[in-house]
Amino acid sequence: MNFFGILRIAFKSLARNKTRTFLTMLGIIIGVAAVITMIAIGQGAKKMVDDQISTMGTNVIMVMSNFSSSPSTVRQAAGSGNTLDEADVAAIREKVDGVLYASPVYNTFGQLKYGNNNWRGSVQGVDVDFFTIRSMELESGDFFYPSEVENGAKVCVIGKTVSDNLFMGLDPIGKTMRIRNIPFTVKGVLKSKGQSTMGGDQDDIVLAPYTTTATRLLGMRWRFMTIIVSAESKERIPLVQQEITNLMPARHSGTTTEDFMVSSQTDVAEAANTVANTMTVLLASIAGISLLVGGIGIMNIMLVSVTERIKEIGIRMAVGAGKRDVLFQFVVEAIAISILGGLIGIALGWALASILGKTMGWSILVTPWSVFLSVGFSCIIGIFFGWYPARKAANLNLIDALRYE
Amino acid sequence: MTNKTLLKVRGVTKVYTMGEVQVHALRGIDLEVREGEFVAIMGASGSGKTTFMNLVGCLDKPSSGSYELDGINVHEMEDEEITKVRNQKIGYVFQSFYLLPRTTALENVELPLLYSNSVPAKERHSLAMKALETVGLADRARHYPNQLSGGQQQRVALARAIVNNPVFLLADEPTGNLDTRTSVEVMELFQKLHEEGKTVLLITHESHISSYADRVITFRDGRVISDKKTPQPRKASEDLKNMPRLDEDEELD
Repeated sequence: MNFFGILRIAFKSLARNKTRTFLTMLGIIIGVAAVITMIAIGQGAKKMVDDQISTMGTNVIMVMSNFSSSPSTVRQAAGSGNTLDEADVAAIREKVDGVLYASPVYNTFGQLKYGNNNWRGSVQGVDVDFFTIRSMELESGDFFYPSEVENGAKVCVIGKTVSDNLFMGLDPIGKTMRIRNIPFTVKGVLKSKGQSTMGGDQDDIVLAPYTTTATRLLGMRWRFMTIIVSAESKERIPLVQQEITNLMPARHSGTTTEDFMVSSQTDVAEAANTVANTMTVLLASIAGISLLVGGIGIMNIMLVSVTERIKEIGIRMAVGAGKRDVLFQFVVEAIAISILGGLIGIALGWALASILGKTMGWSILVTPWSVFLSVGFSCIIGIFFGWYPARKAANLNLIDALRYE
Repeated sequence: MTNKTLLKVRGVTKVYTMGEVQVHALRGIDLEVREGEFVAIMGASGSGKTTFMNLVGCLDKPSSGSYELDGINVHEMEDEEITKVRNQKIGYVFQSFYLLPRTTALENVELPLLYSNSVPAKERHSLAMKALETVGLADRARHYPNQLSGGQQQRVALARAIVNNPVFLLADEPTGNLDTRTSVEVMELFQKLHEEGKTVLLITHESHISSYADRVITFRDGRVISDKKTPQPRKASEDLKNMPRLDEDEELD
């Protein structure tokens, strides 16, 4: 008998036993749907992390003070002393290949006041390059200019949270707010960036020229904690990182140990992605187990169905079906169930993932590879778990099969 | 009769092992059946007639001995080839019909054609329809077995047996599950097919059924104890005229 004949017989047989066919399929449907959904959630989480990391800026490298004196003296925690200065920024900008922008970052806190409102917020003293490095965009107003940085002008750009809490709906542009009682003119309001990877509010921020911050807010301290650098391209990040690491000790010859740390966005991204990937693998393996259980379900039903259909097999053999015909019929039935179940499972999983994404506000990403993976897997399950019952059916003794009640 | 020999059985035995016990179902059968014969095999249950039939029908293999079917040494063949012989040369009718459930009469009749490579898909349908017409059930082609009466089911089974135009029509107690009138109707069909040239081999334990055959072989304890020709077999069509018309047309649909 030819292949299409067998296909026809198998599909007819499936169609004649709709309930049995559907129940068999159910295991595969649920398994595949679970795989698709789980991977979609995992990949969605990964994409969300990636997106959040990209809000940190483009190709960002951070040079951080790591103050610690020689081992024999009292050592302090990282960042407890600031070792970087303007000359370092200039050196990085000029001497390291592949650096596009660099800006010092002073970190401080201060009570912010406008009228009767006050708000405690983070104040960062930065250079104009900072806006570009962090890919900051304005909702209204303007960034401050290089000349204002040079002159130590008392101007600032504020984040959405600060604007909302301090100005209560008023337009902050041109208004004068007080940071630690020193008046600053608001030049611009930043577009919202939402939560950071670590959960912090990226909009709760005040940016002021680093010169002003140093002289007015920090009392003429010319050393700062962080230099933020932007590399030309993603590929150059490791190289730039290395060059900075090589450059700095010469400039800080007074210290015996390295008094700085260089880290990049890629490091952070890798760490976060590792977490997301682990989650995906975990979810997928749980779903994979349910797919396996679905496969065993197919084998169960096929085995039961062999017993139930012993007589049918006998009749088919009596009118001229060979062992091969019976074997193929059962294998084809199992594969058809798996593939059909797989397809329904994909549709269901996709729908489920979208619904979850909508209702729970999760980021969801159905990747082609998860679709191929689950379809391929369900085919394999069909062949693997269909073979044994099929062989059992084909090896039945004709007379016994016919007489079976 | 000058017709060629269709079936030549020489010293065929069949031994079943049931647990520790060996059951001798056939103890050496020698038989010949010529083309165009209508043979009835009689015998009590356990006489080995069904075992013999299963061997002839290529459903089973003998323990020893040889037999030829239409010039083919079946006992020497591989399973795959025997399957083909069963499909092409044998039409089998069983006592309990053995129709596939949830499958229309037409599809049941088509079944042997599906498993033979020689019939193209287009012809399958018309051949099956023709077979159903022969047994007078063309109008029931779309019915399922559970919508047909016993006699109708057996006629569908008969249509399935003849659809491949086999050389041999085997029937194992085809009337065993049928009432008297329906039995005679089925026998009428067998006689009709016989007149059209089919060789029929039929098992029964009822003498009035065997009286429609032109040769009666009797089995006992795995041996042939008598082999008689009936010069003037009864005509089923004649008998039907004298029988009361029962509620035969009270169909289940």
